[in-house]
This record gives sequence, C-alpha cells and structure tokens, in this order.
Amino acid sequence: MRAGMNAENIILSVEHLTMRFGGLAAIDDLSLAVPAGKITGVIGPNGAGKTTFFNCLTGFYKPTEGVVSLNHPTRGALRLADLPSHQVAHVAQVVRTFQNIRLFPKMTVLENLIVAQHNALQKASGFSLAGILGLPSYRKAEQQAVAKAVDWLTRLHLIDKADTPAGALPYGTQRRVEIARALCVDPLLLCLDEPAAGLNPRESGELNELLLRLVADAKLTILLIEHDMSVVMNVSDHICVLNYGRKIAEGTPKQIQNDPNVIKAYLGEEDADELLHAEVSA
Amino acid sequence: MSPLVFANNAPTLAERCKDAAGIALIALLLGIPMIGLTTADQGGSLQVLTRWPLLGAFVAAAFCGRLALRYGLDMLKQRRQTRDREAAARPGKRGVRSIRILELTGWLAFGIALVLPILFSDNRYVVDTATTVLIYVMLGWGLNVVVGLAGLLDLGHAAFYAVGAYAYALLSTQFGWGFWTALPVAGLTAAVFGLALGWPSLRLRGDYLAIVTLGFGEIIRVVLTNWTDLSGGPNGISSIPRPTFFGLPFVPSSDTGTFASFFGLEFSPMHRIIFLYYVILLLSLLTNVLVKRLRRLPIGRAWEAMREDEIACKALGMNITNVKLSAFALGAMLGGVAGVFFAARQGFISPESFTFNESAIILAIVVLGGMGSQLGVVLASVVLVLLPELGRDFAEYRMLLFGAAMILIMVWRPGGILSHREPTLRHQPAGEQA
Amino acid sequence: MALALQQLINGLTLGAVYGLIAIGYTMVYGIIGMINFAHGDIYMVSAFIAVTGFTLLTAFGVTSVPFALLVVLIVAVLFTSVYGWAVERLAYRPLRGSTRLAPLISAIGMSIFLQNMVQLTQGARVKPIPPMITGGIDVLTTDGFTARLSYSQILIVLVTVALLAAFTWLITRTSFGRQQRACEQDRTMTALLGIDVDRTISLTFMLGASLAAVAGVMVTMYYGVVDFYIGFVAGIKAFTAAVLGGIGSLPGAMLGGLIIGLIEAFWSNYLSAEYKDVATFSILILVLMFRPSGLLGRPEVEKV
Repeated sequence: MRAGMNAENIILSVEHLTMRFGGLAAIDDLSLAVPAGKITGVIGPNGAGKTTFFNCLTGFYKPTEGVVSLNHPTRGALRLADLPSHQVAHVAQVVRTFQNIRLFPKMTVLENLIVAQHNALQKASGFSLAGILGLPSYRKAEQQAVAKAVDWLTRLHLIDKADTPAGALPYGTQRRVEIARALCVDPLLLCLDEPAAGLNPRESGELNELLLRLVADAKLTILLIEHDMSVVMNVSDHICVLNYGRKIAEGTPKQIQNDPNVIKAYLGEEDADELLHAEVSA
Repeated sequence: MSPLVFANNAPTLAERCKDAAGIALIALLLGIPMIGLTTADQGGSLQVLTRWPLLGAFVAAAFCGRLALRYGLDMLKQRRQTRDREAAARPGKRGVRSIRILELTGWLAFGIALVLPILFSDNRYVVDTATTVLIYVMLGWGLNVVVGLAGLLDLGHAAFYAVGAYAYALLSTQFGWGFWTALPVAGLTAAVFGLALGWPSLRLRGDYLAIVTLGFGEIIRVVLTNWTDLSGGPNGISSIPRPTFFGLPFVPSSDTGTFASFFGLEFSPMHRIIFLYYVILLLSLLTNVLVKRLRRLPIGRAWEAMREDEIACKALGMNITNVKLSAFALGAMLGGVAGVFFAARQGFISPESFTFNESAIILAIVVLGGMGSQLGVVLASVVLVLLPELGRDFAEYRMLLFGAAMILIMVWRPGGILSHREPTLRHQPAGEQA
Repeated sequence: MALALQQLINGLTLGAVYGLIAIGYTMVYGIIGMINFAHGDIYMVSAFIAVTGFTLLTAFGVTSVPFALLVVLIVAVLFTSVYGWAVERLAYRPLRGSTRLAPLISAIGMSIFLQNMVQLTQGARVKPIPPMITGGIDVLTTDGFTARLSYSQILIVLVTVALLAAFTWLITRTSFGRQQRACEQDRTMTALLGIDVDRTISLTFMLGASLAAVAGVMVTMYYGVVDFYIGFVAGIKAFTAAVLGGIGSLPGAMLGGLIIGLIEAFWSNYLSAEYKDVATFSILILVLMFRPSGLLGRPEVEKV
C-alpha cells in the first residue's frame, strides 16, 4: 500500500525549480517527483521556502528557472508555470489552501463552497441569461452544486455551520471549511498549506483520518506543508525536506526521522537525536 | 493627545474639561485662517475681513461639543456593554426579526413610490422631486454593483451617466431616434465604455483603482467640454425630444393627436411629469429586479467573493478578469440608462451635470446607504435629495454635510447604515436551527 | 527655439510645485500605505491662507517682499500643518486597522469637506492678488520671441531645491527619519521597539502638509489667483507624479513632478491647452498599467 514510488505514477514532476527575489534564492534548484494517489509531505524549518514552492506551483509566482509539469489524465502534461493561477485550478485541477486562511468572511460556509464551483455554474447559467430567466437547466445545475457542497460539508462535520458567515467561525473550523471548499473544485492534486495549524490533538487526529480517507476514496493526491509532526509523519507516504530553499532530504517518514541532515536543520549541530525523536514520534 | 479611557473608572470632570480644551485649541488654530479671517472683493481688490465672534462661537461649540460627545459616547458604551452581556446570556432570533423589518420597509417604500403621483397629481413639485430621487436611486443601484458587490472603488461613475445622456441626445437630435429605441443602444454604449475603463484597471488595487476611475471620469468630462463638434462643448446639447406615450406627444395640440386628446383629457403639463415619473420608476424597478437576480447567480456571488478575497478566487479557478469586467460593464450600463432618462427629462444636457462632484454624490449614496444594500441606497437618495429642499442653508451645506457624513459613517459603521448581508443561498431556512 | 526654452522654464517651475505636493503623497503612502486623498485640498487651504496673509500684510503697509514672503510662508506652514494633523486624526487614524475601502472613502469625504468648507468660509469666487514679484531675466530671443526667466520662477526652484535637500537630510540622517523609515517597513515591530508610531505618523502628515503649504504659497505668489478647486486638479497631477516617480521614493516624487510639469507645459503649448489634463490622466493610466512601480520605485511582490 504505502510502498516506494512507482515511476509510472508521477502526477507532478518538479525539475530544477528556482525562484529568486532580487539576490535571494527562495527556492534553489528543487527537483521532486510527487507520486499520484499518495500523500507527500513537505517539511522544513520556517523560511525554508515551502509556501514559496506552493506559490510557484499554483501560478502565483513565476519561477525564475525550472519546469513544473503536471501529468493530467486527460489533458496530458501541463506546464504549470505557464498557466495563470486560475487556470492552474480550473484546467490542471491543482487546488491549494493558504497558510493564512483565505475564506470569504462575509459569505456563509455554503456560499463559500458554491463559489468554488463557479466555473461549472457559470457555464450552466449561460452568461447569466439562463439564470436570469430562471430556466430549469440552470436550476438543476445549482441544485447539484448545492448537493455536492452539502456532501462535503457533511463528510467534514461542518453541515451545522452551513449558513454561518465564514468569518464568524473559530479558527480550526475555518481551516476545515477551506479544505471542504478546495474539494468542491474537484482537484486532482490538493495542496494543503499547514492544515493542522491551530488544531488541538483531537482535531489533528480527525484531520489525519480525513486525509487518509480522501486519498483512499477519491482519486486524489495530496501535497502537504506541515509543521505538526504528528500529522506529517502519520499520513505521509513520502516526505521532502526543505531548508533555505534547497531539498536536503527525501524519503519515507522513517528515513526522514533518522536523517542527520534533517536533524541538523531543525535543531542545529548539538542536542540532536533525543529531542527530534521525541517530537517526531508523538 | 486624546485620552482613550479603557479602565472602568470614568474620567473626572477636570479630565474631561482638559480634553475638551485641547480640542477647542485645535479648533481655534484651524479656525483662525478660515473662519476668523476671510478676504472679500471690495472695490476691485481684496480686503481682509475679520469674524472673531464667529470664531469664538466655533471654538465654544467645539469645546461643548467635545464634552457632550465624550459623555454621550461613554454612556452609549456602558449601555451597550450591559446589553451585550444580557444578549450573550440569551441567544435569540433577533437577526430574523430585523430582516423582516427591512423587508416590510422595502415593500412600504415600493407602495409609496407606486401611488405617489396619484396622491399628488396636481403637485408638480412633489412629483418632480420624487423623480429626481428615483434617478439617484437608479444611479446608486448601478454603482452598488461595482462598489458594493464587487468592491471596486469607482470614482468616475458620472462618466457613464454622461455617456448614456449624450448618446441619447445625439441619437435623438441627429438621427431622430425615439426614447425607447435609443435606450438599449445608449445603455450598451455605456457598457462598452465600462469595459474601456475596466480593462486598464484590472491589476489595480483599491487606491490606485479609485484614482484611475477618477481620471477616467475627468477625461470624459474634458472631452465633452472641448470636442464641440460632437458634444456641443460647454453649451451642451439642447432641444432633446421628450419621450412620448407610444407615439403620442405630451403637447397641448398636434396634428397627429396628443396624449390628452387620445384619452379624452384636458391637456395638463402634469401628464408628462407623471408619465416621466412612472418611466423612471419602471426603469429602477427593472434595475432592482435584475441586480437581485444577478446576486443569486454565479456572477453575483463571484463579485462578492472577489470583493472579499481576490486571491482565493483565483486559487479556486475563477477568471477574475471576466468578473471584474462584467461588474464594470453592468454598472456602466445601468448608469448609462439613467443618463438616457436624465437627458429625456431635462431636454438639455451639458458637461456641468457630470462632474466629479456628481460621482462623489453617487458614491456617497452607496456608501452611506450600506454597500450592497438596495434599501439603503433608497434611503440615502431620499436624504440627499430632500435635505437641500428643507431650506437654503441646507442646500449650501449639503456637500459639506455629505463629506462629514462619509467620514463619520466610515469611522462608526464602515459597512454603511444598513450593512446586513442577506445570504444568497441557505441550507436551512432562516430562523431555524439545524 | 526661445519658445521651447520658455516652455522648459515654465514646465520646470510647474514641475517643482507638483514635486513638492507629490512628496507629501509619497511620504504618507510610504508610512500608512494609503493615498491621502485630501492632500491636494491641504495645498489649496494653504493657498487661501497665503492670499489672506498677503492681503493682510499689504493692509498693514508691509512693502518688503522678502519679509512678506517669509512671514506668509511660516504662517502658512504652521496653520497647514495643523490641518494636516487634523486630517490624519479624523479621517485616517480611527480606520488604521480596517479594510482598504474605508479609509479611502473617509479621505474622499474629507476632501469634499475641505473643499466645501473653504468655499463656504472664504466664498466661492476666485481670489486674485496683485503680483508680488515682478521682473525677470531675458534669456534668449529668437524669431521675435523672448524667453524670460522670471524672478518668481527662480525663487520657486531655489526653494524647492533647498527643501528637497533638507528633507533628504531629514529622512536619511536624523533619528526621526530612521523612525519613519522603520514605520514604513514594519509598523508592529517598530512599535514593539518602543517608538511612538502614532506620533511618527502624525509628524509625517504634518511634514507632508508643510511641503504642500510651501507649494500653495509659491503658487499664490506665482499665479496670483486661487479658487477652491485648485486642490482637486493639482492633487491628481501630483499623485500622478508620485506614481510616475515610484510611490514611496522622495527623489522619485520630485522627478515625477518635473516630468509632469514639462509634459504639461509642452503639451499645452504645442498640442492643445484644453486637453492637457487628459494628457496627465492618460500618463497615470499608462504608468499604472505598464510600470506600476514607477521610474525609481521597487517592484512590490504581493504576499500570498
């Protein structure tokens, strides 16, 4: 099940990605192959370039060098760096969440998830004409969108908050809403930026279950930035460790835990082994 | 400088007086050059006049006003704290009740608007004023799409108002088009201008967008003032034909029959006035229905989502360019339609009616009424148009009060007076718990 | 040839005035990240104060022009700074933490308020004053036209250069300048380091207002006529100048001002005077479309 990488099933291939801001290389010659249908974790100390990496993937930054290629099942190999950010989500079906949650605070949870299905609904509304006229074809499409939203809200235990303005929810709940919203876009690759931040141990346990279920049920690949080791080490099939924009280690969770470079990056030269082991096996 | 009191012990009278004295000093410094002194033309050159009593009154008013304000605010805060504590202990369905009140008020306003000309069928002044209110309501609803729903700060809305008006003026005076045939064409022309404004503004954020829209508005005005061949220059276009009742003109007599003669009525100028009123009422109701519908459609939600967080929208696959352009185009079209009506009603237009001041007034209506709120726009328009009618003084001070009101509303209630947002979709009907 | 030289002279003088106002925009934008929409009207207030001041001094029988100028400058700067302070306290500070839209609308409200306040208290008519400084130097004569460098123009340019030097020194060498730059970069951190951020921001507004005040006095002296609308027009042009030069950059603001002044002078003389404002607005739109960071500014990367 969680064996090593199958070379034919690489959904995202990153080759020599470099992102420079002026003289600073936020990402430096990063190469990574993300296996399909698995959970890949991206970890590293603060400032390692993890969110910058996501921004390069999803069209918010234009990489200085390198190629990011998504193997789409029907559309072939798509070079993500050439796509504007909305097409990365719409065409390549790579959807992300944000480190600082970006919900639509004045809109309800349900509305947030409907907005995520904008493209399909917009087409069904025929440039809004079918919608204005109240044609049944549009109404059916809207009902389907609501049903999908309700389905995800139920699965993530958010259904009782459906009519609450998103800005009024507690932090941990907002994180779940953001994930539910991303799922409504029907992603192939879901990029989660610190989904466990602000969650208590019970909630992060539930998050683990959710992530594992998503990958098992839907045809979903997850790329995960996370600091919470109890999440990363327990759900990831594969982990990539960044430091100062460079990849310093890659492998299974067990391999990463024992990698001296990783330990050094997190804790510095001294007080290595025991402390990292304790944190990591939590 | 201002002592913000967070502690539970209220400030003493001495502290309050010291605070008010500080404000009075500021008022004195601000007032000396503007209120205390002024220059006036006397005998061909300027002379300085002093108005120390006025300045003294101003300073005294500042002192007392500050005392009263602080005292009032502190009392309000105490009362609100007690009220919040009670409300937290008893979660209620208050939200639902206030929605009902809003709905009822809306229907009431609609009812009044419908029967107004019948009630005042011999009072030209009332119907005229109501027509003006409705023009501003329509302008406000149009700008509401851009500013309130889509969150794009547009300071040049008068430009689209002007485009619509001039388009109708030219089509009717040069090509003999009628009101109803020219209406959609002029509206579409305005929409095209909206796209022309939207396209360079796509990547601009709030402040820059505001200035660019302002510049656009000014460009249009300057062009209209100077391209005399097209627009008649500062003199504008006159003798614009008035709308007819399906071909029947509202004139005392005509060879082909008039409105009065057709209906067997004695001619009265009120007929045209009332007809115009119902035309604008119809146009604004159509606007209202259209905008309400669009709000519930994907495009409306997209506008609101874009206002909330543009980056999140992009990350969800939304093409922000189209969303922005559609907001500009629709807002412009609605402004243009209002312009067509304005030209038809006045019979004469000139660039004077389409200055930045006009854009600012429309923006004030949207902001004060509550961005995104249809009813708020109506209330704000009523206040805006009626206030100067209350007296000469109010007329002079109108814009001053509006400027001050914009500041106060933003500080006190940034969402506007009626800033409640009704969701476009509900999982459970309002008022029920899951 | 002389005609072109005259345009150059006029344009640079005008540009210096725009530059002074533009510096105020750019300083405020740098520190609170917002355009002070009411800044142009602060300039206008100062122009009116200058009119009152000059008229008052003439009534007192003051004949020495340098003395009158100095007095009016000081008085205008003092009063206008108070206005600048008041604008910040009323329209901006209460909205420090809110969305972008609210302070902008508040600023527009403040601009409308100031314009109408001046209109009501000073009268809606144009205010003319007799020319203070007459005479100049004839520079070049070709084709029957004499290019003239008037003394008032020389004065404006000299004052501008002096102020620019003084401000650059203030920003780069004094501790206030350091505090201001710190606030620009990271307000929270600056506050945590014990610097009074509120005071720094207030002082920045006052400084910007002072520069606008000088511009107002200069313009009054130069053109001899003011009305309550000049703030609106000059405000947009100065803002264009600030954006053109790179918002946040002081030398950029002055550079932008000079460019706008030159374009305006040459355009209105050689192409069409009526459309000179259209030229300025078009420049603004083009700059924002194609090079939003301006000539001397640093491109901003939005944090996602």
